[in-house]
Amino acid sequence: MRDIDEKALKAREKKAVLGPDVDLATFTADPVQHSALKSLDQLPDEDRSQMLKAGIDTGEAGRSGSYIQMDTAAIFSRSRQEGLEVIPIKRALKECDWIHDYYWKLVSVDVDKYTARAQLDLHDGYVIRALPGSKVIYPVQACLYLDKENLSQYVHNLIIAEEGAELHVITGCATAPHLRRGLHVGISEFFVKRNAKLSFTMIHHWAEEMVVRPRSVGIVEEGGLFLNNYICMKPVKSLQMYPTTHLVGKGAVSRFYGLMVGNPGTELDVGGRVLLKAEDTRAEIIARAISNGGTIISRGDLVGEVPGIKAHLECRGLILKGGVIHAIPELRGTIDGVEMSHEAAVGKIDQEEILYLMSRGLSEDEATATIVRGFLSVDIPGLPAGLKAEIDRAVDQTEKDMM
Amino acid sequence: MLQIEDLQVRIGDREVLKHIDLVIKPGETHILFGPNGSGKTSLLMTVMGYPQYRVVAGKIYFKGVDITDMPIHERARLGIGMSYQRPPTINGLKTRKMVEICAAGEKVEVEDLARQVNFVDFLERDINAGFSGGEIKRSELLQLMAQDPDLLLFDEPESGVDLENISLIGNAISRLLQRDYEHDDAKSIKEKKQIRTKMGLIITHTGFILDYVSADKGQVLFEGVLACKLNPMEIFRCIKNMGYEECVRCAT
Repeated sequence: MRDIDEKALKAREKKAVLGPDVDLATFTADPVQHSALKSLDQLPDEDRSQMLKAGIDTGEAGRSGSYIQMDTAAIFSRSRQEGLEVIPIKRALKECDWIHDYYWKLVSVDVDKYTARAQLDLHDGYVIRALPGSKVIYPVQACLYLDKENLSQYVHNLIIAEEGAELHVITGCATAPHLRRGLHVGISEFFVKRNAKLSFTMIHHWAEEMVVRPRSVGIVEEGGLFLNNYICMKPVKSLQMYPTTHLVGKGAVSRFYGLMVGNPGTELDVGGRVLLKAEDTRAEIIARAISNGGTIISRGDLVGEVPGIKAHLECRGLILKGGVIHAIPELRGTIDGVEMSHEAAVGKIDQEEILYLMSRGLSEDEATATIVRGFLSVDIPGLPAGLKAEIDRAVDQTEKDMM
Repeated sequence: MLQIEDLQVRIGDREVLKHIDLVIKPGETHILFGPNGSGKTSLLMTVMGYPQYRVVAGKIYFKGVDITDMPIHERARLGIGMSYQRPPTINGLKTRKMVEICAAGEKVEVEDLARQVNFVDFLERDINAGFSGGEIKRSELLQLMAQDPDLLLFDEPESGVDLENISLIGNAISRLLQRDYEHDDAKSIKEKKQIRTKMGLIITHTGFILDYVSADKGQVLFEGVLACKLNPMEIFRCIKNMGYEECVRCAT
């Protein structure tokens, strides 16, 4: 741990490569006291309703476990299924020896000042682990919630699907209705072991002056599948992330789906990178971006390092009410016999589509909403119906707000 | 009733319809013949209300309402529906959902309707995405079956349809227009005719659809002018024998 601290200290002023620089001194990082909950019913209604918008059901219907962090404190964590562990990371660091096989093993602590501060000022975070062979059919939900104005929240998460396990996680990041400004830094490290299946669905529901800097890296072993879904439809001031996945075992598969809306005043810089390092690995990155007057930079990077890999990158952007969409797809093959492709398109809604729907009885606004809904509806193979429903709900909510 | 009076339409500066007069009474189906580029599709698009077809003079009335300046969706809600020749693809919009949209909140058995036009396998596909010519026709008919309009506009319903499907499509159109002559114990054909209310305007270039759908009147549209009003089969025979060149002779 001391080595990690030392590296972190050296990097604490290091600017990130991407995204506007953030003056961390303008936020507080002091721990905020919140008492632990015995039951999620104890949460105030307004918080529960905010959480619900980020896919967190405090009734825990159809959930196999929950983790709730309020500001800096883990206030609830529980597994409801055998073979599933849900532990606050601070506790895990004290009590579980195995944690050191995972903690900072994929993300380097000295990537930039955000990773450095996540070590030096670690508040908490979750460890979600499915034990070997266990099938956690219902999703585990994890909520990172901000209530205190101007707080910087430093979180570290570990998500581990052990050999042959199946795990579905939905993470909702949300803010209290009164909150305007804050900073969220979240380190996430994903371990998908041999023949394991992990789906990770993240729904962001931030506030207008929020700054968000997630840093995440995943590794997928032989025969493993990693589905990573990201939904950000609400205003946020600045969000930059570039989650990276390493496919290191034969036949490993990674799919990344991103749905983003850039509202006025919002700058999103979201990418996905997959390194295909083993034979027969497959990767797909699909992004749908809608600009409503904000700025969206949609990056994608596929790196093929062995023959016989296949990867595809697709970014479609729709400019609805002004704004900027900047698609930056990149492919890098470093050897013969890789098969990689990308397609990117940025445009507006085709008037013919609107008129066609109007001739079936929809008003112009209804027709536009229907087309936007279609644009954002991406088939995600392997995703449980419950999670698909959560994504649909997040999209429906946006549609209502946008029109 | 659809009533078109002295209709003149332009696209940009180009005159596409000149002094059109046309009346379709409840229960009537008209066939509109004409060579390519004669203005047939323009007439349908104008009745449907596409804004690029600018009405510079004349009036269109439907069910006694002046719809000349009415937006498309209000015309649809008033009971006008159209089967397109080349409708746009809408990514992410499933055919099933489109059929539900057409039903406008009415309860509709999508599968049952789809079965009638052999389209069940397409319900989970994005509307029109990669559909062949014949598949588009079946999809359009399925939508109209859900929409159930009182005036149906068909743009070349037989084009691109293979022989196997032409009768399926013809029968579906006949049903939509209340012109299917299936035996019914309760009502005679005559009685059925008397209670028929659906109106149809069918564009055809080739006329083949007449083998499957009966019609009351036929007209030829030539260079934006309705040139000839006859029994549809008679027109069809003339065109088959002499081609549209004869229409040029008649019209000039």
